[in-house]
Amino acid sequence: MRKSRWSLLPVLLALTLVAAGCGDSDDESTTATTTAETAQPSVAAGTTMASIQSKGKLVVGTKFNQLGSGLKNPTNGKLEGFDIEIAKLMAIGIFGGTLDTIDKKIEFKEAVTAVREAVIQAGEVDMVVATYTINDNRKKQVDFAGPYVVDGQTVMVKSDNSAIKTLTDLNGKKVCTGRGSTTPANLQNKQINAELTLFETYPECSEALRQGRVEAVVTDRGILLGQVEGGQRQFKLVEVNVSEEPLGIGLKKGDDDFRTFLNDRLEAIYASGEWKAAYDRTLGKLGLTAPQPPKVDRYGGTGTATTAAATTSTTAAGATTSTSAATTTTTR
Amino acid sequence: MDVVFDNLDLFLRGMRTTVLLTVLSYAAAFVIGIVVAAFRVSPVPPLRAAGALYVGTVRNTPLAVLLVLFFFALPDVGITYSSFVSAIIVLSAYTGAFIAETVRSGINAVSRGQGEAARALGLTFPQVLRIVVLPQALRTVVGPLGSIFSALIRNSALAALISVRELADTAEQLITDFAQPIPIFLGAAVGYLALTLPTGFVLSRIEHRLAIKR
Repeated sequence: MRKSRWSLLPVLLALTLVAAGCGDSDDESTTATTTAETAQPSVAAGTTMASIQSKGKLVVGTKFNQLGSGLKNPTNGKLEGFDIEIAKLMAIGIFGGTLDTIDKKIEFKEAVTAVREAVIQAGEVDMVVATYTINDNRKKQVDFAGPYVVDGQTVMVKSDNSAIKTLTDLNGKKVCTGRGSTTPANLQNKQINAELTLFETYPECSEALRQGRVEAVVTDRGILLGQVEGGQRQFKLVEVNVSEEPLGIGLKKGDDDFRTFLNDRLEAIYASGEWKAAYDRTLGKLGLTAPQPPKVDRYGGTGTATTAAATTSTTAAGATTSTSAATTTTTR
Repeated sequence: MDVVFDNLDLFLRGMRTTVLLTVLSYAAAFVIGIVVAAFRVSPVPPLRAAGALYVGTVRNTPLAVLLVLFFFALPDVGITYSSFVSAIIVLSAYTGAFIAETVRSGINAVSRGQGEAARALGLTFPQVLRIVVLPQALRTVVGPLGSIFSALIRNSALAALISVRELADTAEQLITDFAQPIPIFLGAAVGYLALTLPTGFVLSRIEHRLAIKR
């Protein structure tokens, strides 16, 4: 016993040194950021935006495997896609700066479909931008800013398939989609009775389509375009609408200040053209033409507590704009 | 918890698939395990090598990799099985390797004299195994064989990777539809416990019985 206690001494010493080192570098980084960030907008104290500013980082949950939306580039390890661009534009709204400098103010965490509510509720991320369809069931668990784009689900078949032309042609057919996606419910809503095959990822669906295990793949148009692109002309899209998927930014339920802030920011990037530019350099490259930005849905809270919060949030937002106008003159 | 009770039929259907997967795979795995164990203790060197190769490769490859590989790679050489059949085959092959090793250790635990005496009586090697050694060997490994069964119940959740709608997969789909991960996963956990706990109980009874006989 005694021996082990003494043997801890060097470890403790090392820890103290490390801690001291950390302290130093912390100081440096804070001074560095305050000088670099002249344009950081000021926000009402006590809000989520303020706490994100003070911790210096926006933590975003996203998908790492969606071509066009959020994909980890295997060559340089960077995330690319429309969701990533939207997250960056939101971060600029909080920290100021430009697209080139915002990278170090954002931390992306992988949030696959099934864990998106959980990571928001646990506070592991500040928000989720992960091809996250806004729907009423999900609104009971989390809140949504946006929609920032409306994706639609459609159908992909083999290039030589001429049997599937309309949605009803899917009846009784083998259809592939992602596990934990909204597709099964969407097909049900359209009274389509297909035999479903569910895989973890869409490349697996494409493989199953190529092998003839399934006759069609149904999911978001953006995802399918990526599969057609990567499928060496083996697949094509059938132009039918399975659903309209309004994609939103997920955030903690009841945080109406933050929601209003993000909605304001979305409207700002719609107006400034930054939204269209982001679309063009991501989804646009897959052959999609940028639509009109969708109308932001500032839905009311469900409970009495939330409505009360909503009224305060509008005043807070008003205060925010006025103070930010003041800050542009005073700079800091 | 309402979400669990409202979808009880889906949960039960998922559980039924899990039970089917487990029982069918275990039966096949048991046969594979006995045969491979016999190979591994046989006097014929090529059979011993084949047994060792099988156990070495299958047991040391992640189950998820085996499942996906079997399901997606084989159609390219012209062999296509449905999701459910693929899952049964892979789970049997995988579990079979573990059973083989367990049975082999059971065989090694039977004293040498038993086999030698049987050979002296003029029994052939298969007869020695079947009549003398295996009955004693299996008795000593009832416990580990039970653990393998319980592991198989839980491993069967990976069949969801190749689109088998078992319990875990059902839970995941419900989470998408209702966005309430905690009650749904709790429901799934209860479902699995409802399968594994009675199994453990039954096995300890079997072990007890066989032990008295010895």
